[in-house]
Amino acid sequence: MTTLRKDTPVSPAPPVEGLDARLVVDRGAFRLDVALTAAPGDVVALLGPNGAGKTTALRALAGLVPLTGGHLRLDGTALERTPPEARPVGVVFQDYLLFPHLSALDNVAFGPRCHGASKAQARAVAAAWLDRMGLAAHTGAKPRRLSGGQAQRVALARALAVHPRLLLLDEPLAALDARTRLEVRAQLRRHLAEFEAVAVLVTHDPLDAMVLADRLVVVEEGRVVQEGGPADIARHPRTEYIAQLVGLNLYRGRADGHAVRLDTGPAITTTEILTGPVFVAFPPSAVTLHRDRPTGSSARNLWRCEVAGLETHGDQIRAALTGELPLAADLTTVAAAELDLHPGAAVWATVKAAQTHAYPA
Amino acid sequence: MTPPVKQAAADTLEGGPRRARVRVRVRTGIPLALLLPALLGLAFLLLPLVALLVRAPWHTLPEQLTGAEVWQALRLSLVCATAATAVSLVIGVPLAWLLARTDFPGRGLVRALVTLPLVLPPVVGGVALLLALGRNGVVGQWLDSWFGVTLPFTTAGVVVAETFVAMPFLVISVEGTLRAADPRYEEAATTLGASRFTAFRRVTLPLIAPGIAAGAVLAWARALGEFGATITFAGNFPGRTQTMPLAVYLALQSDPEAAIALSLVLLAVSIAVLAGLRDRWMTAS
Repeated sequence: MTTLRKDTPVSPAPPVEGLDARLVVDRGAFRLDVALTAAPGDVVALLGPNGAGKTTALRALAGLVPLTGGHLRLDGTALERTPPEARPVGVVFQDYLLFPHLSALDNVAFGPRCHGASKAQARAVAAAWLDRMGLAAHTGAKPRRLSGGQAQRVALARALAVHPRLLLLDEPLAALDARTRLEVRAQLRRHLAEFEAVAVLVTHDPLDAMVLADRLVVVEEGRVVQEGGPADIARHPRTEYIAQLVGLNLYRGRADGHAVRLDTGPAITTTEILTGPVFVAFPPSAVTLHRDRPTGSSARNLWRCEVAGLETHGDQIRAALTGELPLAADLTTVAAAELDLHPGAAVWATVKAAQTHAYPA
Repeated sequence: MTPPVKQAAADTLEGGPRRARVRVRVRTGIPLALLLPALLGLAFLLLPLVALLVRAPWHTLPEQLTGAEVWQALRLSLVCATAATAVSLVIGVPLAWLLARTDFPGRGLVRALVTLPLVLPPVVGGVALLLALGRNGVVGQWLDSWFGVTLPFTTAGVVVAETFVAMPFLVISVEGTLRAADPRYEEAATTLGASRFTAFRRVTLPLIAPGIAAGAVLAWARALGEFGATITFAGNFPGRTQTMPLAVYLALQSDPEAAIALSLVLLAVSIAVLAGLRDRWMTAS
């Protein structure tokens, strides 16, 4: 893990402005240890499977969970011992947690009121925020009368109305249906782009992370396994989880010239010339399946496999293969029918070297 | 007498032809074995009230109720029950919050002790109050010598006795509502800059208002009917500590018609309160 971290580009000196944190939370069997840095204007996504500790990290940043170790500095101020109400932090909770007894306006005015504004001032601030979110017509509505997308915007307005230096969003789009999600994601991206301080969002959805964030921090089992720009992570996954998220077959091995000898035995021929430990990745669509051993094929990568499972994937069929090299292969429904694919069927899989991608581990 | 009846019931319900049994159930939807006791229970609860109405001295009622002592006792009852409810709210709601939202050693024991007055015979409660707050009581002697405050046999004593008996109803009701309420709303409030107290006051309190109302009604009704602890701790002085239940009991020994008239008044008050708060009551439960 640590060797992985050394290679990934991390800003060398912690910025005085912005966020500089190492969050350590011990919870019996589970230990979270995550380092996070971000400059003002950055949007960082904590991406990881359920139970990875993303939400715990977010709650630790907000002060709702005490740190057992590490540090938390925001714009140069240490916040480890600051109670949540005194932190310059705004939180958009997963199910928003809009106060059900207050109107949208009073929900947004709640923060300014707590920060000492008069009732009239707080309401004016709240009205301006709701207007900015395109919700001027819904100021008097109680949360239960708002649609999912509207509630999300009220929650965002409520978090922003206290002028946080750190905005935290916990699965901001998880509670929405697929259609609303598309629309809200675009709006949220715009609002986050306008936000001048640090924003950290937690998600298990790679698309949300890649659309909304400038930088991804992938967390698995309480640790950072990879961080970088969305494009970099999508092209160079370093764990099985990320490879699956971005839809790639991923292997680890030792390179010697064009050949990569995998830790599990077989070799993959690549176009890159590398030496030492590397990752090799290729998309499932790069795999071609044959019922009989291909003879005239120019593919250098040829493995004998067995179909373990089939499932539809959009308008394609994704075959999970075991054998010499476990891999996922995409093929059309017609091709699957012609090959007479079924679980247990023996197949040959080929991948052209040009469609593989090797990079140092 | 009973065994043969039981036998007959068992015959129709269990030993009878299957088809007939099914048909009966489909038609009424309620098994006879449940319906009969249920009706008996209903009758048992309503019969005394009906008897009260049947035997009420309707023609002399106006005279009975125009007596100054009646209104004195009624006013005292209402004032004391309301005061006891108010005291219960002020100290009972925070106690419920403490029990529901914090974790401290021995919380289970504290919770059990809070509910003790629910099951304690009220007379015992009255005796205990005398030993604690009486003129020579554990705390009462200091109240007397330092502040010149004497609680037993005063109107304030009535409020104390009623609060002691009624507050657990409020605490239990509010604690249950608090446990059902999502504590993350309080967290959301603190991230917006609210102190824990502000979060409680502006978010939690409005959210649990129905539970508080239900608990307050329960406590008020319990305080209004309080007899044992009141008569033990505060005595039975007309105009000062003689509440309606005490007046009813006293009247029953000398003037039964007056006792019935007073009982009718209490019944009317109870029904009025129940009707007035019915909607909130329903939503709370």
